[in-house]
Amino acid sequence: VNASTATAAPSSQADRTVRRASGFRRRNPWRHPWFLEGFTWLYLIWSLVPIGLAVLFSFNNGKSQAVWQGFSWRWYFSDPVNSVLHDPVLHESVVQTLRLSVYTTVIAVPLGVAFALGINRWRGVTASSFNFVMILSFVIPELIFGVAMFFTFTALFSFVHLGTLAETLGLVTWNVSWPAIIVQARLVTLGRQYEEAAADLGATGWQTMRRVMLPLLAPAIFASAVLVFSSVIDDFVLVDLLNSNAANTPMSVLIYSTQRGGNGGPALNALGTIMLAMSFVVALVGYLGYRWMTRGERMDNRQALAAITGADS
Amino acid sequence: VALRGLAQRAPQRGKHRLFWACLAAPGILWLTLLFIVPFYVVLAIAAGQLNQLFGTPIAEYNPLHWTTGNLSAAWRDIAGPSAYLGPIFVRTILYTAIASALCLLIGYPAAYFVARFAGPRRKVLMLVLLIAPFWISYMMRMLAWVDLLQTNGYVNSALQFLHLANHPVNWLSGQPVTVVLGLAYGYIPYLILVLYAGLDRIDPALIEAGRDLGLGKARTFMRVTLPLSRQPIMTGLLITVLPMLGDYFTNQLMSGATNTSMIGNVIDQQLSTPLFQGEGAVFSIFLLLILMVPMIYYVVATNRTSREAV
Repeated sequence: VNASTATAAPSSQADRTVRRASGFRRRNPWRHPWFLEGFTWLYLIWSLVPIGLAVLFSFNNGKSQAVWQGFSWRWYFSDPVNSVLHDPVLHESVVQTLRLSVYTTVIAVPLGVAFALGINRWRGVTASSFNFVMILSFVIPELIFGVAMFFTFTALFSFVHLGTLAETLGLVTWNVSWPAIIVQARLVTLGRQYEEAAADLGATGWQTMRRVMLPLLAPAIFASAVLVFSSVIDDFVLVDLLNSNAANTPMSVLIYSTQRGGNGGPALNALGTIMLAMSFVVALVGYLGYRWMTRGERMDNRQALAAITGADS
Repeated sequence: VALRGLAQRAPQRGKHRLFWACLAAPGILWLTLLFIVPFYVVLAIAAGQLNQLFGTPIAEYNPLHWTTGNLSAAWRDIAGPSAYLGPIFVRTILYTAIASALCLLIGYPAAYFVARFAGPRRKVLMLVLLIAPFWISYMMRMLAWVDLLQTNGYVNSALQFLHLANHPVNWLSGQPVTVVLGLAYGYIPYLILVLYAGLDRIDPALIEAGRDLGLGKARTFMRVTLPLSRQPIMTGLLITVLPMLGDYFTNQLMSGATNTSMIGNVIDQQLSTPLFQGEGAVFSIFLLLILMVPMIYYVVATNRTSREAV
């Protein structure tokens, strides 16, 4: 972490010796790479400024998404017809996104946690092959999985009609790998000594689970719930293929289909801004919650950040 | 006493195995019904026939009755006299390759800087900014560029202000450059996160040793840093290539024209017309088979790194 600061002192001294000995000026080999830093900032500007502008245009006092016409709240609530608050289609899409996020999180997290615990401790061919299937579901391109779900709900399980139920079932399958992978990673770091101690003290399997394992796994479970919730907010392909009408179209699909249909306007930017705000609230709650739950452990900001981004598993 | 203990423990271990199996059972059942079976359904649709009356596909679950109607229809579109898919395949590979290369060219220096040179405080700030797009909806990020690239948008105003263009460019209809940049913009945050995680793991002492042993800046990079970052580069590229090959929405929003269509657009369109759904099923199996190799490579590679990390 501190490579630059740790090497700064001795190297500058060495540099001076070299310079004195050789008699000509040499560039400090450990000097700060200003060019790289500038490049990185340029990347960050390219990556984030357009989004800032898109948020800005959601407050545009006009119908344009490209020309600034002054500030207003009309696309959020002031306009009695076309605002997110008053247009039933826009309004319903916000509710649908939230609904899907809650349903999916509530089902996928317990399912994935139980799966992780079971697979991790129950050794055998069945366990490892289903673990492989689970990881496959994590890396498979969403379009291919979405096509499979589409045909499943239109041909085989056609009693599940396209709509909220189909979307939820698809999203749970698509997201169950988050808790499954994160909890397994945590189980590996924990080792088996806690369980064995509990068993030696006479706890049954169920008691060990409830009194020992679940509290130890709580931060991992929480982090995976945050990840599932936010990835459902942002999900597009699956819900695009599995929705059937305006009543079960979430925000991401509505933005896409309306903009593509040529009816774009700042109201879509308002929807996007609401999605963004929702994700950031979830991320913030996730980050603070994770820090609070792991307050006894030695951990820095970066590790907590990595945990709620799913980058450490 | 020891023997009795052993005798007691044996059935208990069996009981524990049952306990773990029961815990895993709901997940296993779920994955079977809603992940494994669905792919068989795709196969059944691909190998099934068309309902002549309604023009809808009929799934054929019995392999003995499988037909090749959809397969030959797909083959006609790939290689027959009226084939139209050849250019689409070439374009898919070309766009994906250029966009991924762009992601790497932009992402590597940025990830390298944050992992190796940023001071502790700046590192946290930069990491938060690098992670931010990960939390922003893909559609919102695409919408942002749709806004900027409109005929009267800021990109055109800037170009005209700098006298780089005389009249506004119509960026959003059928411009390959817009699609490729859109793809790169869309997937680069994932690549950067993977690269950062990999580069952060490189021991700085190895790089310093390279310099101390007399290698120049460029050669230290070529001989030490780059070989050590091969694994993150590979997994990072996979993480951008896999979704790009199945992407249809970036293309639709950034261009919407047939002259920039990719394989994902073909599958998406076929899915929306019942008459062509069977053929769409064939293409998605086709895509799955091609991507199976990189997917399994990815699973094995990440498994190995996580085991090494532990």
